Amino acid sequence: MDIQLTEEQELLRSSIQRFLREQYDFDERRKIVATDEGWSRRHWRSFAELGLCAAPFQESAGGLGGGSLATMIVMQEFGRNLVVEPFLETVVLAGGLIEDVGSAEQRQAFLPKIMEGYAIWALAWAEGRSRYDFHNVTTTARRQGDTFVLSGTKAAVVGAPWADKLIVSARTSGQQRDRDGVSLFVVDRHAANLHLQSFKTIDGRRAAELTLMKVEVPASQMLGNEGEGVAALEAARDRAIAALCAEAVGAMTELNSATLEYSKTRKQFGVALGTFQVLQHRMVDMFIALEESISLTQHLNLSLASKEPNGSKLASGAKTKVGYAARFVAEQAVQLHGGMGMSDELNVGHYFKRISSINVQFGDPTYHLMRYAQQS
Amino acid sequence: MELDLSSEDAAFRDEVRAFIAENYPPEMRVPNPETDLTKEQSLLWHRILYKKGWIAPLWPKEYGGPGWSVTQRFIFEQETSRAGTLPPLAFSITMVGPVIYTFGNDGQKQKFLPRILSGDDWWCQGYSEPGSGSDLASVRTKAVRDGDHYIVNGHKTWTTLAQHADWIFCLVRTDPAAKPQAGISFLLIDMNSPGVTVRPIITIDGSHEVNDVFLEDVRVPVENLIGEENKGWTYAKFLLGNERTSMAGIGRSTRYLGRLKQIVRTEIGEDDPSFGEFIREIARVELDVLALEATELRIVAQMSRGIDPGPAASLFKIRGTEIFQRITDLTHQAIGNYALAIREHPVSANRFMPGPDYGHTATEKYLNSRKLSIYGGSNEIQRNIIAKAVLGL
Repeated sequence: MDIQLTEEQELLRSSIQRFLREQYDFDERRKIVATDEGWSRRHWRSFAELGLCAAPFQESAGGLGGGSLATMIVMQEFGRNLVVEPFLETVVLAGGLIEDVGSAEQRQAFLPKIMEGYAIWALAWAEGRSRYDFHNVTTTARRQGDTFVLSGTKAAVVGAPWADKLIVSARTSGQQRDRDGVSLFVVDRHAANLHLQSFKTIDGRRAAELTLMKVEVPASQMLGNEGEGVAALEAARDRAIAALCAEAVGAMTELNSATLEYSKTRKQFGVALGTFQVLQHRMVDMFIALEESISLTQHLNLSLASKEPNGSKLASGAKTKVGYAARFVAEQAVQLHGGMGMSDELNVGHYFKRISSINVQFGDPTYHLMRYAQQS
Repeated sequence: MELDLSSEDAAFRDEVRAFIAENYPPEMRVPNPETDLTKEQSLLWHRILYKKGWIAPLWPKEYGGPGWSVTQRFIFEQETSRAGTLPPLAFSITMVGPVIYTFGNDGQKQKFLPRILSGDDWWCQGYSEPGSGSDLASVRTKAVRDGDHYIVNGHKTWTTLAQHADWIFCLVRTDPAAKPQAGISFLLIDMNSPGVTVRPIITIDGSHEVNDVFLEDVRVPVENLIGEENKGWTYAKFLLGNERTSMAGIGRSTRYLGRLKQIVRTEIGEDDPSFGEFIREIARVELDVLALEATELRIVAQMSRGIDPGPAASLFKIRGTEIFQRITDLTHQAIGNYALAIREHPVSANRFMPGPDYGHTATEKYLNSRKLSIYGGSNEIQRNIIAKAVLGL
């Protein structure tokens, strides 16, 4: 089942690798995170110029037709370099939703700007008490003629502070926990009566709490069918999980090689750390964790690409297994680096924090374990 | 779980409990006392305990200890930690103080002990170096005798709260030709001496707890040498034994477990598929705490009968830190999407932090607690100690 990359995919990978090696080393990344916006528009433009933002989209929509495998390749390299630009939010989540359930007009209006790197998007689905359930929605959208009026709050919207557009889930009918009745809306981030409170995330990004106080949205900005937002979000989550697993694999790859290198050079008690059997076995377990994660991530991405019927169950399975594996690798990488692993100066702790964040986004390993179990 | 207390001990427990309730400074009740207090604020409770005569439970009465029994000391430790009080300056009271009254001369005792007790001097620990972590005997900081001074050059690291410190106790190499353990001395250095530079190390939780301390041609009077030259390793090991006894952290784990339960009950509905998993995990940790607490009580009982606990400290260190790490991990998971947020340091009430108050420190605690299995002798080293000293392997 090992994926043999096509020539085109190899080219995509090597062009990202070259760019990141030359322009996105750890110091550069640190500078980017320290800026007000917390991400770099200049690098984002470069990503677009490299074709990354268009890579997954269908050729009929103006994309490069790379699908989920292209996303996997991009995200794995982004994971290795701790890239903070909102690729997941803009391209995978918003772009994916627009391509999947958007009308022809919406695809035409929104996708080119995303592919060219001119528009940043964020997805506002969570609420204070929703945990990881898309159907647990209290934000309401009431129809008034040709517009919907949105009221409520949205929680922990990653990338929202600097986004141009937001996709907001709101209830057009039904009760708080009904599966039916949730709809998606494209909302301008500068819309009247929309308030943002920004905060920093564990992995150096920016997120916001959204308060919608009767925000008016034209009916034409509803994304997908009325009341069918949950299914659309679930499909978007499957794609996001495939991308996040690839990113985790990239991060684990770097952690394992850094730890191995350190254990060969760092000496205590007159010998290299790597000569202690207990540490050797630990690193073997880290190696196995990575191998399994690579395999499951490839399996998931292939299944999504060929639209296998059990793709969503598999996504939860991968989120669980890769999540636990990544956490193990991250915790042990810190442990084996000793005090240095705790310091902000070394990249190891930053991989640790990104992995912690990946494990929260779209549901932690426990949530997905239970979701997987319920479908078994 | 409680010790089987005599009526005197029960009365003592009630007295301690009441004293804490009446005297613990409210301004020290901040979201994360370890990072949110100023130097002055973090000394408030220390000074209150000093005035009460309870500041140094371990110390013999002649040096200012309260003269408590093993059981009373344990009760005090249990009550203060259950109540969530910030312990008095550990590097002063638990670490350097006992070294000074055990191995120091009369002049040193008179000069340092009273100011340690009162909190007038803040001490930090100059053990770790960039090249020597768990392998402490490999210290390279050099002290060369020059008349009635030592000239000290070296680089200490992971020095907790050195930014507040007046003094640092250091392991320094005085005999480069001897075997690693044989050429080390224990030296007390005034942080205000010319040539001492403190550089902050920011950790992954964003806080400033630890530092690099650079020593460049620092002149240290010979009278600041503890005990004999080149015998420092003996004193250092003595001190590390003290460091590890308090690491079971039952009181702290019990408190954090209580908070975790509250968060799970509030945040995760019973119909949430994860609810059952959280309940099971919490029960598992609770049993871990129970088993460790029972072990601690058993060893306290043995100690009060005069039995040397041996390397039990290593067991406490391993399990105590693993348990607390697990609790902070579960708490971080329990707050759901808000687990993405982290407070910015230095902490300010003006910065927006999303989600319920009880979750605001969950992320930083999870990150910060990763250090527990590393410092004070990594858990791998502790296992080696048990393998060798207990199992004879």
